[in-house]
Amino acid sequence: MRSILPVLTVVAGILGFWLLAVIPMNMHLVADQAQRDGAVVTPDTPTARQDLSGVGLALKNVHLIPLTYDFQRPRLPAPQQVAGEMVDTIFGRSVTSKRSLVYHGWVTLAPTLLGFAIGTGLGILLAVGIVYSRVMDRSVMPWAIVSQTIPILALAPMVIVVLGSMGIQGLFPKSLIAAYLSFFPVVVGMVKGLRSPDAMQLDLLRTYNASKPQGFWNLRLPASVPYLFASLKIGISASLVGTIVAELPTGARAGFGARMLVGDQYGQPLVSWAALFAAALTAAALVGLFGLIERMTLKRMGMQAA
Amino acid sequence: MMYVALGIAVWILGWWINVRLANGAASDTVSARVAVPLIFGLTIVVVWELMVRGFEVSPVILPAPTDVIERIGSSGATLWADFRQTILKGALVGYVLGAAAAFAVAILADRSEFLTRGILPVGGFMAALPIVGTAPIFVKWLGSDWESKAAVVGVMVFFPILVNTVAGLKDTSAMQRDLMRTYAAGYWPTLFKLRLPSAAPFIFNGLKIGTTLALIGAIVAEFFGSPTVGMGFRISTSFGQLALDMVWAEIVVAALAGSAFYGIMVLIEKRVTFWHPSQR
Repeated sequence: MRSILPVLTVVAGILGFWLLAVIPMNMHLVADQAQRDGAVVTPDTPTARQDLSGVGLALKNVHLIPLTYDFQRPRLPAPQQVAGEMVDTIFGRSVTSKRSLVYHGWVTLAPTLLGFAIGTGLGILLAVGIVYSRVMDRSVMPWAIVSQTIPILALAPMVIVVLGSMGIQGLFPKSLIAAYLSFFPVVVGMVKGLRSPDAMQLDLLRTYNASKPQGFWNLRLPASVPYLFASLKIGISASLVGTIVAELPTGARAGFGARMLVGDQYGQPLVSWAALFAAALTAAALVGLFGLIERMTLKRMGMQAA
Repeated sequence: MMYVALGIAVWILGWWINVRLANGAASDTVSARVAVPLIFGLTIVVVWELMVRGFEVSPVILPAPTDVIERIGSSGATLWADFRQTILKGALVGYVLGAAAAFAVAILADRSEFLTRGILPVGGFMAALPIVGTAPIFVKWLGSDWESKAAVVGVMVFFPILVNTVAGLKDTSAMQRDLMRTYAAGYWPTLFKLRLPSAAPFIFNGLKIGTTLALIGAIVAEFFGSPTVGMGFRISTSFGQLALDMVWAEIVVAALAGSAFYGIMVLIEKRVTFWHPSQR
């Protein structure tokens, strides 16, 4: 609670920097437009203006500065423009409309959640296999770690097209990317978690003459829960990033990724920026949700959040 | 059909050798620890080759490993040019800039308890966001050459490194800080002699996370506009021409580069933080 004020200060700092940056970023465009509308601009030829920096131009044309915050096709939109566009496309449209960000959000969220569920399930299974089988540990685990260093996400769009050419379309290809990305963090985290009981605890179970399944359900699985949640939080945001990247250059028509691209190609920067921020909000909400579940679960289990 | 049967046989053989190695008496020697994953990887490649041949999978869907190796041999110059453009220029420059900026901000923020408490949650929040979505915006601002890729990479690696560095700088015990105070050490000696060394494991954690992000950022940003060279450019155009062996060749290069980049970081970490419990 006591970090609310510092966080607000940092956020205000970022917003202030953004607001200041809007002026030089848009100044040249605004000056050109203002001249066409008949306003006095110094210097009065576009070529002379090109030689000036954005800041220099702003200082010579102080009366144009307010216009930079209300420009229709800005290089850098002002915060309130992005917020306005988001409010309009989230609350101002019906949910089924192609212009509604809620609609596009669902198109992105559905494969994310499906893929995340698949990836997490498989990841946990593989982790159990790795912990109980020496062969799997020795042969699969090094590759699971190496796979983390491979920029496989960069290939997401291609995977979508390959699957598309095989007649698999819609939700599933994007889920596959999301599943792949949430899979390895869960494997690595769960293996660490299932191995986290120390020798003393394992010995204690042996003195109780506990069977292997008992050891798993009563000791290893509960001990792995904090690690699982840490992995889930990484996995869900990775899944979302994967889904968005998968939507980017594949000609997808709906979803946050498609919106970012459409805004870019049709000269509507506000559309791109609103999609970007909506994606950020969605990611934050998902991570926050898992953080909340984590705290509640660990509290019930009598553990402290890591 | 013979290829398929052979593939299954190779799989069983590879698995059997690994079972023997992993459960055998020599399982804890270094050579066994290296051999087991290598055999596993090799088995997968061989089975892949045999399955592609056995089921006569079209090279438009999945090329055989030999096709990919052949392509790597015949297009070495192209791959090298792409590697230079994407990794050496885009990813590396952006990585260094982002890391330096994150480091500087962390040191600045560290001077004030107030700022530290503000930056940690905000930075953690930003690190979880799909920052790679800013790629089209940066390409529009900075043009399609490597500068825009470096910018995307810089922003992507900035937050994880920032959060880890700030958290690391806080990770000294009260006893250690008190000891420095009894030595009458000021802010800077304390920073260089106590807090930076003890933050090193955290900083390297951020740097290691950054290596993968740098590659992803550089390649993905190239999908939005690039000169006619670069790994992202090559992947998307080769894909358009259905030259999947070229796409896979780029994947191999990306995988090797990513692992090498990460490996170099681990090596530096081992040299720098040899005193840390996790390294002993």
